[in-house]
Amino acid sequence: MDILYNILIDPFLQMGSAPDFFLQVLWSGFVAGTLYSLIALGFVLIFKASGVFNFAQGIMVVFAALTLVGLYQAGIPAWIALFMTIGAMFALAWLVERIVLRNLVNQEEIILFMATIGLNYFLIGFGEYVFGGEPKPMIAAELGLPTGSTTFEPFGGILIIEHLDVAAVIMAIILVTALAIFFNKTRIGRALRAVADDHQAALSVGISLNQIWVIVWFAAGIVALATGIMWGAKSDVSFALQIVALKALPVLIIGGFTSIPGAIIGGLVIGFGEKLFEIYWGGLLGSGVEGWFAYVIALVFLLFRPQGLFGEKIIERI
Amino acid sequence: MFYREVGQFKTSYTADSQVFPILQDKLAIIAMLVIAYVVIPMAGNDFFITTVMIPFLVFTLATIGLNILVGYTGQLSLGTGAFMGVGAYSCYKLTTIFPDVNIIIMVLLSGFFAAGVGILFGLPSLRIKGFYLAVTTLAAQFFLEWAFIRIPWLYNYNDSGAIEVPQREGFGVILSGAAAQPVTRYLVVLSIVLFMTWIASNLIRGRIGRSWMMIRDMDIAAELMGVRPLYAKLSAFAVSSFYCGVAGAMGVFFWLGAAEVESFDINHSFLFLFMAIIGGLGSLIGCYMGAAFIWILPIIIRALPGALGLDINAATVEHINFMMIGGMIIFFLIVEPHGLARLWQIAKEKLRTWPFPYS
Repeated sequence: MDILYNILIDPFLQMGSAPDFFLQVLWSGFVAGTLYSLIALGFVLIFKASGVFNFAQGIMVVFAALTLVGLYQAGIPAWIALFMTIGAMFALAWLVERIVLRNLVNQEEIILFMATIGLNYFLIGFGEYVFGGEPKPMIAAELGLPTGSTTFEPFGGILIIEHLDVAAVIMAIILVTALAIFFNKTRIGRALRAVADDHQAALSVGISLNQIWVIVWFAAGIVALATGIMWGAKSDVSFALQIVALKALPVLIIGGFTSIPGAIIGGLVIGFGEKLFEIYWGGLLGSGVEGWFAYVIALVFLLFRPQGLFGEKIIERI
Repeated sequence: MFYREVGQFKTSYTADSQVFPILQDKLAIIAMLVIAYVVIPMAGNDFFITTVMIPFLVFTLATIGLNILVGYTGQLSLGTGAFMGVGAYSCYKLTTIFPDVNIIIMVLLSGFFAAGVGILFGLPSLRIKGFYLAVTTLAAQFFLEWAFIRIPWLYNYNDSGAIEVPQREGFGVILSGAAAQPVTRYLVVLSIVLFMTWIASNLIRGRIGRSWMMIRDMDIAAELMGVRPLYAKLSAFAVSSFYCGVAGAMGVFFWLGAAEVESFDINHSFLFLFMAIIGGLGSLIGCYMGAAFIWILPIIIRALPGALGLDINAATVEHINFMMIGGMIIFFLIVEPHGLARLWQIAKEKLRTWPFPYS
C-alpha cells in the first residue's frame, strides 16, 4: 500500500503543498522542452526533404556552437563571428550534399543513416582537432542575450525565471514561425514539400534535388546554430551536448518523423514529463531517471500510435 | 586458374549444400585455422594477442549477433552495447554465486539472460519497424546503462561500481583473472567464437534463418506465406542478444578484466553497427572483416606516427583517428554499400576466371 501511496498520491500532495516549486519545475520543463523541440526540428527538416535520418544533427549543434565560440576567441567580434558561422554551416551543407548525399542517391535508408553516423564521427574528430575538446563558455552576453533573472512571488513562494530562458523560448517561437512560413508560403518551401512527397515526381517537374538538399541541410544547420547558442548559454559548449541531442529521438517518435508541429509538441511532452518525473517520482527509483525516461515515454506512445501523434498513417501493401 | 570448381563433382545432396563447396575454400579455411590455433599463439607476443586478437574476436561475435538482427532479420538495433552488458553482469553474478563451475559454461549461460532481456525489448518490433524500432532499442540502451549503475547488487556492492573479474579455473587451467595467460584466454575466446559462428551459419541456412530473411525482405508477404512474425522476430532478438551477451561476458572475463558501464555505452553500440555495415549486412564472413577493419585500423593509425618518427601528440592522433574512421565509413558506403563481404565476393568471381577474361 505504501508503494501505491508513494506513486499515486504523495507526488500530487507535494505539488499542491509547494505550488511555487511546482511552477518552477514546470518552467524548467518548458525550457528544456523548447530546446528538445529545436533539436528535433533539425531532424524533421532533413527527414522531410530527403528521407535521411540525420544522426549528425546533435554534433552539428556542437559544431556550430564551437565554431562560433572558436571564432570569437580568435579575436573576431561576436556579430561577425555569428555571420561567419552561418557561412560555415552553409559550407558544411554544400559539402555534405556534394560529397555524401549526391553519391548515395537511391540507396537504402540504413545506408544513408550510416553515412550520417560517419559524418558524425568525422565532425567530432574535426571539431576537436580544430577547436580542442575542452568545454568552452558560450559568448551569450556578447551576442546581446540577456543574462539576468526575474523573481516572481506567486502563492507566497519564489519563482525564478532566467531571462536567458525567456530568450530561448522567444527565439524558438520565432524560428518555428519563420520555418512554417518558409515551408508554406515560399516557392522553395513548396518545392521542399514536393521533394518530401515524391522524389521522382519532383524531379519530373523540374525541381533540382541537389539544390533542395543544400537548402534543407543549411536550414538544419541554422536551427543547429540557434540550438547551440541557447544550450551553450545554459551549460558550456562541449561534446557532451551530443548525448543530449539523442533525446530528440524520442521527441520525434512522439511527434512523428515528418511533422513540424509534432516536433514541438513532442519536445514539450518530453520536457515536462521528464522534469516532473525526475522531481516527484524519481526518488522512488534512485535518481538519474532523466537519462532514460524520455525513451520509455516514447516506447509507451509507440504501443498506441506507431506512427507518432502527427505522423501520417502508413498503409502497407504487398 | 587455381580457384575454380571445375572437376569437383558433387555426388550427393549433402555434398552440394556444404558451407564451403569448393576444395580451395576448404584448404584456405584449414590454413587459417592452423594460423589461428598454432602460428599466432606460438609467434604472437602478449601485446598482439591481448590488444589485437582477443578484442577482435570478441567484437566479431558481437557483430555476428547484431548482424543476425539487422542484416538477416532487418530489425535495426542500437542497443548492442547494453545487451553485451547484460551478458557481462549476469556472468559476473553467476560466477559469484557458483564459484566452482567452469567459467566457460558460465559465459555461455549468461547469454541466456541477455536473450531474455533481448526478447523483452524486442517486443515493440511486433508493432513498429525501421527507425522507430531503433529508438526503442535506444530505450533499452539507456535504461540498462542506468540499471547497471543504480542496482549495486549487480556489481556486488563494490565501492568502485565496477565489476572486477575474479580468478577462475576450468580444465585445470586458470582461465580468467589477472593470473591467466594471454594465450590461454585467446584460445578460449577463439574456440567459443568459431563454435558460435558455426552454429550461426547453420541457423541461418536452416528453417529459422530463412524465416528471418523472409521477414527482412518483406514482412507482410512473409506473414501471408506462413511465417509467424512473433516467433521469427522474437527468436531473432533472442539469438542476437544471446550472441551479444556471450560476447560481453567474454569481453570482460577474457579481455578487459574489469568493466564499468562505460564499456557498454552507446558508442560501443554504434561501433558494432559500423562493423556490421562495413563488413556487409547479411554476411558472417563480413562480420570478421568489419571487426578487423574497424578495430585494427585505429591501432595502426595510432602506431603510425611513432613508426614514421613523427612527433604528433596523442590527442591529435585521436582526433585524426575519429576523422579517418568517419571518412572511411562514408567512403566505403559510397564505393560499396554492401560492405567488404561484397568486395570479397567480387574478388572471388574475378579469381575464378583469372587469367582468362571469360570461361
